[in-house]
Amino acid sequence: MPVILDAQGLNKSFGAVTAAKDVSAAIEKDAVVGLIGTNGAGKTTFINMITGYLKPDTGRIHFEGRDITALAPREITRLGICRSFQIPQLYSSLSVFDNMMIGVGIVLDNARLGGFFSRGRIWETRPVPGFGKPAEAVAEHLLARFGLSDYRNRNAQVLPGGVRKLLDIALTMVAKPRVLLLDEPTSGVSAEEKFGIMQMVLDAVRAEGATVLFVEHDMEVVSRFAQRVLAFYDGRIIADAPPAIALQDPEVKRHVVGRARA
Amino acid sequence: MFLVTMACANGLVALGLMLLLRAGLVSFGQALYFCLGAYAAGGIGRFFGVSDIFLQMLAGALTAGFFAFVLGFLLARYRGIFFGLLSLALSMILYGLLVKSQALGSTDGFNIQPSTLFGIRPGPEWVRYSVLASAAIVALGLALAVHRYLRTPLGQLGPAIKDNEIRVEYMGASARRAVHVKYVIAAVLAGVGGALAATTVGHIDPQMAFWTTSGEFIFITILAGIGSVVAPFAGALLYGIIHTTAYDLSPNTWQMSLGLSLLLIIVFLPEGLWSLVRKMRMQNARHS
Repeated sequence: MPVILDAQGLNKSFGAVTAAKDVSAAIEKDAVVGLIGTNGAGKTTFINMITGYLKPDTGRIHFEGRDITALAPREITRLGICRSFQIPQLYSSLSVFDNMMIGVGIVLDNARLGGFFSRGRIWETRPVPGFGKPAEAVAEHLLARFGLSDYRNRNAQVLPGGVRKLLDIALTMVAKPRVLLLDEPTSGVSAEEKFGIMQMVLDAVRAEGATVLFVEHDMEVVSRFAQRVLAFYDGRIIADAPPAIALQDPEVKRHVVGRARA
Repeated sequence: MFLVTMACANGLVALGLMLLLRAGLVSFGQALYFCLGAYAAGGIGRFFGVSDIFLQMLAGALTAGFFAFVLGFLLARYRGIFFGLLSLALSMILYGLLVKSQALGSTDGFNIQPSTLFGIRPGPEWVRYSVLASAAIVALGLALAVHRYLRTPLGQLGPAIKDNEIRVEYMGASARRAVHVKYVIAAVLAGVGGALAATTVGHIDPQMAFWTTSGEFIFITILAGIGSVVAPFAGALLYGIIHTTAYDLSPNTWQMSLGLSLLLIIVFLPEGLWSLVRKMRMQNARHS
């Protein structure tokens, strides 16, 4: 498979704290990659650098051959790299459906299809790029895909934790990402629900055709769903291999798996 | 008639404030653009002899829009109290400049000749009607345009920016650009409102940029609520009625009556008068 995302030699320091030390990883198209490591190991810093929230001190990031190191988060999103958040970032005063419609509106506006002078009734009738359906149909389609249709008219503020997580991920899918970074998609979700939610998310995301990187602390989830594991420790990648090999690596066992189990 | 015309003028300014408030931004200095619009309208009459009411409003809109476009690059970076106080500071700078400007009448300001309409000068008894009709047409047109704008993706970003700016950015939109656009639209509306107020009153002075004027517009916006483009005009009319009645009944303590009415609104109708309309609609929907 061709490489879709290529990070080379990323370094990032915050004063005396080094959050990334020579981090390099090439991600193949359609891969499902698990990022593991203890808190402060550098996983979220890696995601933040890829999505433009943090700029690496040195090193370059290429997406489909294009250097995206200096781009702003919104520009990176428009290129096709989207992210979800450890703490869901929703429009909490709006309904679930309206949350989705804000996202669809942004996509149409970026495609210059949502302006004041759009022909027709208004922008809702325009086919959304990547979906070929009008805005409301896209919103309904994604809500159904993530099992959120029953919550359609509920206010986002009063949703249960797992549903908030799913909505947060569904929102990222509106932009039809080619690479999706999920920051702890199962955190705050009960142990029984974890596998079900992860299965639903991955099914939905893969059906939309995205390459996935997910941060996860539960090694059972990692070994079941990841095709490849990047293990972080002290700002470095200490293992990069399929889960069966990476999770047996002595250094990973000492610094990541042992601590995760503890 | 004066009250209704002024309600159109003040309502336009409040309509702009409503746009900003939906995005969680309170401008304490909207009088800056109200005053710029008024002086632009007065200026083209005083220096170029143009007194057509539509050209006056256009001059007000363009002047306010131009300044908002330039200042917007600075203001769109700020949120919360910083946005509010920065806008206040800018309006007070204009006030200070106008007070020192002899050519524009300093603290006294100057008078504006009665407006013409497409080159025709209406008879003295018709001027007020022509101004009212023009004000109503322009206010209606702009309210419809704002209504349409609120249904565009950029327009509906207001509540999204208020709720979660991080998410807006990570979905591929520029919150700063959206705020900048809203700021310019609000200024254009205030500029047209200022031009209308100038020609309705027939006199302009630096008091139009003073912070208490900005306060009156915020008063109207809170009184009205932000649920509909009609609300600011209804709020402006009610404000005019409260203001006039309070002044007639008690010339020395009219501010107290205004303060009391605002207090009542905040306590009993925190979402403004428009929330009453919404409640009535919901009840009707339930009954039917």
